[in-house]
Amino acid sequence: MPGTSPPSPLEPNRVVPLSTFLNLTFTGLVVGAIYGLFALGYTLVYGVLRLINFAHSEVFMWGSFAAVWMMTLLNARAGSGGPAAVLYLLLALLAAMAVSGAVALLVERVAYRRLREKKSPPLVALISAIGASFMLSEIMGLRDRIAGWLNLDGVLGDYVRPARENTQFVNPLPNATLLDVGGFQVRSTQLIVLVAALAMMIALEQFVRRSRLGRGVRAVSQDAEAAALMGVDQKRVVQLTFLLGGLMAGAAALLYLMHIGVTRYNVGFILGIKAFTAAVLGGIGNIRGALLGGLVLGLAENYGSQLFGSAWKDVVSFLLLVVVLLFRPTGLLGESLGKARA
Amino acid sequence: MSTSTTSTTSPKPERRTLGERWADLPKPVKIVVWLAVALFFYALPLLNPPLLSTPESDFGSVMFTVASYALVALGLNIVLGYAGLLDLGYVGFYAIGAYTVGVFGSLHGSLPFWLLIVLAVCISTASGLLLGAPTLRVRGDYLAIVTLGFGEIIRLVALNSEWLNQSRGIQDIPRPPDITIGGEPVFEVPRLLWDGLTATVDLGNTSAFLEFGLLDGVPYYWLALSVIILVLLGDVLLQDSRVGRAWEATREDEEAAELNGVPTFRYKLLAFAMGAFIGGLSGALFAARQGAINPETFTVQLSMLFLAAVVVGGQGNRWGALVGAAVVAYLPERFREFADFRVVVFGLLLLLLANFRPQGLLPPRRARRAQRAGKRLAELEGTEEGARA
Repeated sequence: MPGTSPPSPLEPNRVVPLSTFLNLTFTGLVVGAIYGLFALGYTLVYGVLRLINFAHSEVFMWGSFAAVWMMTLLNARAGSGGPAAVLYLLLALLAAMAVSGAVALLVERVAYRRLREKKSPPLVALISAIGASFMLSEIMGLRDRIAGWLNLDGVLGDYVRPARENTQFVNPLPNATLLDVGGFQVRSTQLIVLVAALAMMIALEQFVRRSRLGRGVRAVSQDAEAAALMGVDQKRVVQLTFLLGGLMAGAAALLYLMHIGVTRYNVGFILGIKAFTAAVLGGIGNIRGALLGGLVLGLAENYGSQLFGSAWKDVVSFLLLVVVLLFRPTGLLGESLGKARA
Repeated sequence: MSTSTTSTTSPKPERRTLGERWADLPKPVKIVVWLAVALFFYALPLLNPPLLSTPESDFGSVMFTVASYALVALGLNIVLGYAGLLDLGYVGFYAIGAYTVGVFGSLHGSLPFWLLIVLAVCISTASGLLLGAPTLRVRGDYLAIVTLGFGEIIRLVALNSEWLNQSRGIQDIPRPPDITIGGEPVFEVPRLLWDGLTATVDLGNTSAFLEFGLLDGVPYYWLALSVIILVLLGDVLLQDSRVGRAWEATREDEEAAELNGVPTFRYKLLAFAMGAFIGGLSGALFAARQGAINPETFTVQLSMLFLAAVVVGGQGNRWGALVGAAVVAYLPERFREFADFRVVVFGLLLLLLANFRPQGLLPPRRARRAQRAGKRLAELEGTEEGARA
């Protein structure tokens, strides 16, 4: 019976009103910007080391938990608003970026440095990173048990439980509707996420393009040997690359939480593959490509879930990854970090 | 005494490794030893030896799990160890094998069991060819991500497709048909019952040959072990053949192999298809033993555990793959209280192995030989340089 029930987002609906289309486009861009920010970690590391940082997904996941814990620590209430809310969010952003950056440096130290010095084949480095990724994700998933061992369960109760279920993020900012034109809605959170993600990316791009350290990164990615001869400390550059990727993943984690609202110990896996897809789609190693790839992926995913039902959303993005790798493995903008200079 | 002294006074008294001594044994002796080893493994779940046996779950079922991991590891070893292709979505083929048996044996049909196995193997091999044909042209690390995506797509399709019963999965999957003589099993084998270190034969608790019940895991284990032996025979023949050498050449240096006239793409595709074949077979056996499957069985974690089995054991060595599979499947069952931590432990193991022993616990013989040759070459070069200086 038509008209009796509102169109469920779970069911495919082929006749789409314009407002739905606009909503899909807008939320697609919001999610896509988060993917792009997350994808920077893959792109930067690939640009410098020519390796896929498989553990980057867990860097993101740890950042998301840092943000959640910061809110628990601050005892934030959902939608309380006011200047305190802005302060809380900034503190959560700092916590997420700090933890993600630290985890990224840890991954570099533990999973990559030795192999890089030995010049191991890429598959060995990938296996090493898979091992690191497993450990990071499972340690988070077993954090209640670990706290129990350390007899800290009573102290850390709110932080460690439930370890294997979704953990809710408390967003102190109210989610107001800023614009509502015939069903097309823009919510404040969405707008903040989109703007913040774009701002972070522009900041990073400028850093890599203009700063002395950024020049080192570009030099190593263009020609590692020549850079070493010119006095660029390769070890520092690699660390910096991981750190930058980690910081961006931490920011992406907070924005993701503001948009989606929950995280869990294995959230990184699927999101990581999507961010990697975004990186490859735009051209891995290319900073602007990561943004473009993220936006395209976000849109494709949203349109795809409208066409086939939202259960097929992940399938759409995986298929997109496969198709891109097959037909245009260098991505939309081509892969090169070295040529990031405009 | 005297014979041993004559043998040690042979022209070159060189210390020989166990492997070399084994290689020098006459063929009939080798065959007898192999038969004894095979017999031991067939009898293992009935011997039920203390310490080795699992106190909290049925040892026969655990042995079946170990055997099915071993079969998967053999298949993945062909893809990863021989041809050097990192396949992170191997669980996809396993799932295809299991779902084929489920769909055509229970959900949408009731084909006879052995036909189901053949069908499962055909479909998974075909899917391997379909996936491999376009993807094997991409770079090695990209291939890893594409296969990861493939494994996940298979799971998501099973989870979302109405036709595949979504998250409910498939129940009442047919078991292998019993082979009996006039309603009685062909023969029954009693087990040992241990009390401390003294064993008694428990005649009341027997395992029937070729009778596939719900409770007793031993007949399934025997079936899987027989399949493993067949696969091993094929594996030995294949690795020593032209195909095996082509894989090795492709793995070591694809461009050099191509220049020497090895059609590398075709051989990579063959390895992929062989891997899919064995993965599908193993998934089909798994489904037949479990009787019920659902998409949550076939997660990427399982894929990673398969990978861990091959990498831990030593890529490219079939015995290494078997040992690795036994480690990955058996240890969590034996030490149930630590089962939750197995992913952490395997993550750590992968990390440590990649960093300190990338060739695995049991490196393949060629790798050892190559190491020795490399060392000798370095020595030669060293002396040459010394002579020049």
